[in-house]
Amino acid sequence: MAASGCRGVRSILWKYGSCGKNFCVSRSKTVPQLPVRQICVSSSLWKKNLAAAGPQKFTQEFIDKQVEEFEVGKRHLANMMGEDPETFTQEDIDRSIAYLFPSGLFEKRARPVMKHPDEIFPKQTAIQWDAEGRPFHFLFYTGRQSYYSLLHDVYEKILAIERHQDKMRNKGLFTSETKQILLTGSRWLLKEEIEEYLVENISDHDYVRLIQLMEKLLSMPYCSLEEEFILKFRKQLEAQSSKHEIPALQYDPQGVAFSVADGRRKTAKASITLRDSGSGNITINGRNYLHCFPLLQDREQLMFPLHFVGMLGRFDIEGSVEGSGHSAQAGALRLAISRALLSFVSEGEVERIRQAGLLTADPRIRERKKPGQEGARKKFTWKKR
Amino acid sequence: MLVFFLFCFLYKSRLSLQYDHEKISERHTGQYYTLPAAHIQKLFPHGLPPRFQLQIKTFNEGCVMVRPPALELISYLKKADYSKPPLRYILYGDVGTGKTMCLSHALHYCYTQGWLIVHISDAHLWVKNCKELLPSSSRPSRFDQPIQASQWLKNFKITNERFLSKVQLGYVWTKRERTEKGQPLGELVDQGVNRMKSSSDVVGAVLRELRLQAGGATEGEGAFKLAVAVDGLNALWGKTSLKKEDRTMCEPEELTLIHNVRKMMKNNWSGGAILTALSQTGSLFKPQSAYLPSELLGEEGFDNMEPFVPVSVSNYNEKEFESCYLYYLDRNWLQHSHSRSEEGKKELIFLSNKNPSILERLCAFL
Repeated sequence: MAASGCRGVRSILWKYGSCGKNFCVSRSKTVPQLPVRQICVSSSLWKKNLAAAGPQKFTQEFIDKQVEEFEVGKRHLANMMGEDPETFTQEDIDRSIAYLFPSGLFEKRARPVMKHPDEIFPKQTAIQWDAEGRPFHFLFYTGRQSYYSLLHDVYEKILAIERHQDKMRNKGLFTSETKQILLTGSRWLLKEEIEEYLVENISDHDYVRLIQLMEKLLSMPYCSLEEEFILKFRKQLEAQSSKHEIPALQYDPQGVAFSVADGRRKTAKASITLRDSGSGNITINGRNYLHCFPLLQDREQLMFPLHFVGMLGRFDIEGSVEGSGHSAQAGALRLAISRALLSFVSEGEVERIRQAGLLTADPRIRERKKPGQEGARKKFTWKKR
Repeated sequence: MLVFFLFCFLYKSRLSLQYDHEKISERHTGQYYTLPAAHIQKLFPHGLPPRFQLQIKTFNEGCVMVRPPALELISYLKKADYSKPPLRYILYGDVGTGKTMCLSHALHYCYTQGWLIVHISDAHLWVKNCKELLPSSSRPSRFDQPIQASQWLKNFKITNERFLSKVQLGYVWTKRERTEKGQPLGELVDQGVNRMKSSSDVVGAVLRELRLQAGGATEGEGAFKLAVAVDGLNALWGKTSLKKEDRTMCEPEELTLIHNVRKMMKNNWSGGAILTALSQTGSLFKPQSAYLPSELLGEEGFDNMEPFVPVSVSNYNEKEFESCYLYYLDRNWLQHSHSRSEEGKKELIFLSNKNPSILERLCAFL
C-alpha cells in the first residue's frame, strides 16, 4: 500500500514536475520495495502497567520544588484576594479557593484544593543505602527497619528503668509508690496512626506486640522517667459533650424561663419553645398534639426526652413543624426538645442525654433511585435469557 | 397517703352511690356510680359506645363517671318548665371526650324519672352503609330503610315497654292499612316490626303521635314526659353516602327516617326535652379537626337547631383523671407494675393528654 501510495505521489509530481524540480520528493530511495503490512496494535501495549510499578516515587528535590511553588503561590493568592501575605493561613487559602473556583461537586474530596505538599504527597522514605549499596540502618535487612528499631528503643528503655531500679534498691531508696503517668482521657494510637508515624506497613500481630511492650514499660514502678516518650504514642480523647451547643436560657417578661431550639429529621424541620413552670401542654402548629399525632408511637417519641430527664409535667411546649411525614416530624420534634432541654439540665445530665442518643441527628435520608433499577435497591425482573 | 385516702373515699362512694339522682350533686364530680344491670339491658340495648359495652362485659358492671357536663344537663332538666316548648341541648366537644357517655347519663336520669325515651343511638348509621333502599310506599319522592327502621322499633319497644299499652292513638297511614282510633301504641310498633316494608312509615307515625300526646294530658294515666335523644346529630343535616338507583347521591331529606327525626327536632310541641350530641367520628365528609356545632351541623342544621343550649364536654381534669386511674387500679385493669407508680401515672397523663377514650385504649393493653 505504501508503494502504491508512493507511485501515486510520483505520478502527481510528474504532472507538476514542470513547476519546479526542487518539489520532487526523493522518497523512492527510503521506501523499500517489499510490501509493508500494517500491524494493528491495541492501546494496552503502550499503556504503562500501573499496578506493577507500585506507588509513584517523588524525589526529595521534586518535593522541595513543590513546597517552594506552594509558598510563592500562597503569596500570589493573598495578593489577589487583597489580604496580607504574611498572615495568610490555611483557612484563608481554603476560603479563597472556594471563592475563586466554585464547584458543584458533591464529593468534597473532588473539589479544587490548595494545600501544603506535605499533606498532598504521601510520606516516603528516602533512599536508605549509600552510593555503594550498603544500607545505613543496621536493621535494614529485616524489611521493616523503623518498626524493629522502635521495638529496640522501647526495650532499651525498659532495661534502663530496671538499672535505675537496681540502683535505687542498692541505695535503699526503692519505693513502689512513685509518680504514675495519667492515662485517663487518652488512648493508644491506632494501627493506621502508627503506620503513618513509621512510614511503613505493619501487620495486626506487630501492632499487638508493640502495644504489649508499651504496657510492660508502663507496668514498671519508675516508668514516669519515660513519660514523654510514652505520651508520644497516646492520643487525647476530647469529651464529646463539650461539642454540643447549649441554647441560651431566656426569660419572659413574667420571669418564666424558656429556651428555643430546632431539630431536623429527613426533610422535616421543627422549631420549639420550651417554657418552664407549665403543666405539660403541648401545642404544635396551633393544634393540640393529640390531633397532630393520633398514633401512640409518635407521642411516645415526644415523651422520651422529658421522661428520660424526669421532668414530664413541668414544661409547656409550643412548636411548629413542616415537611415529610408524621414519623419524621415526631423525630424532628424529639431532637428539638432534647436540645432545648440542655439549658435546663446540669452538666452530668447533658452527658447522659448524649449517651442516650437523644442529641444525635439521625443521618438517614431517602436513598436516590438509580437508573437501570426500579427503585433505590429493587432491580427489574431478572430474566435468564 | 393522700392518694390512699382519696382511693378509699372513691371506693366507698362507688358502692354507696347507687343511682339516686336526687342526691348526686357537684361535689360528686369525678366519682363513679353503678348503672344497675337491669336498667342497662332495658334502656341501652343499642345506646352505649361499643368499647364501653366491652368494658361492662369485662368488669361485670357498668360504671359511669359523674362529670360536670352531665350534671349541668340534669340540672337544666330538673328546672325546665314542661308546659312550654322543649329545650334543645347540644353536647359538643373534641373526639373522645365523653359526649355519648354524658348523654347516656342524662338519659338514665330521665328513665329513672319515668319519662318516655326516644333514643337514636347513632344517626350516622342511617345515612351510610344501607343495604336496602326502597322507594317509599306513602310518598313517591322519599326512600325507606326497612332494616334500620325495624331495628329501631325493636329497641324502642324494649326501652318503653310500660308505655306501650297506655298510649292511645288513631291513625291512617297507608291507603291499604289503617289503625283504628283507641288502639295502644304497642300494636302499632308490633305492626312495624313484623311488616318490614312499612316500618319507616310506622316510625314516622310513632314519633308524630308521641309529639301530639306528650304535652297533652297534664295529669292522669296518659301523662308522660318525652325525652328525645339523638347521638350524631350532624348526620341529619350532612351528606349521605347512599346512592339512588340512577347513581345520583341521596340527600338526607329524601330519607323517611331522617325527615321524621328532623320534624321531632323542631320545638313545636311541649312536654319534654331534646338532648343531642354531635359526633365527628361517624360523620361523612367532615375534617377531623371540626368539633364545634357550627362546623359539624353546617349552616342549614345550625339554623334549624337554633336556639339551643350548648354544653361543652372536654378532656378529664386532674381530679377526674385521678378517679379514672384509681378505678382501673381497683378493677385490676392496669396489670403492669410500672403503671402503679407515680412515674407511670405521669406517662399516662402525657400519652393520653387526659382524653378519656385514648386513656381507655392505652390502659387496655397495660
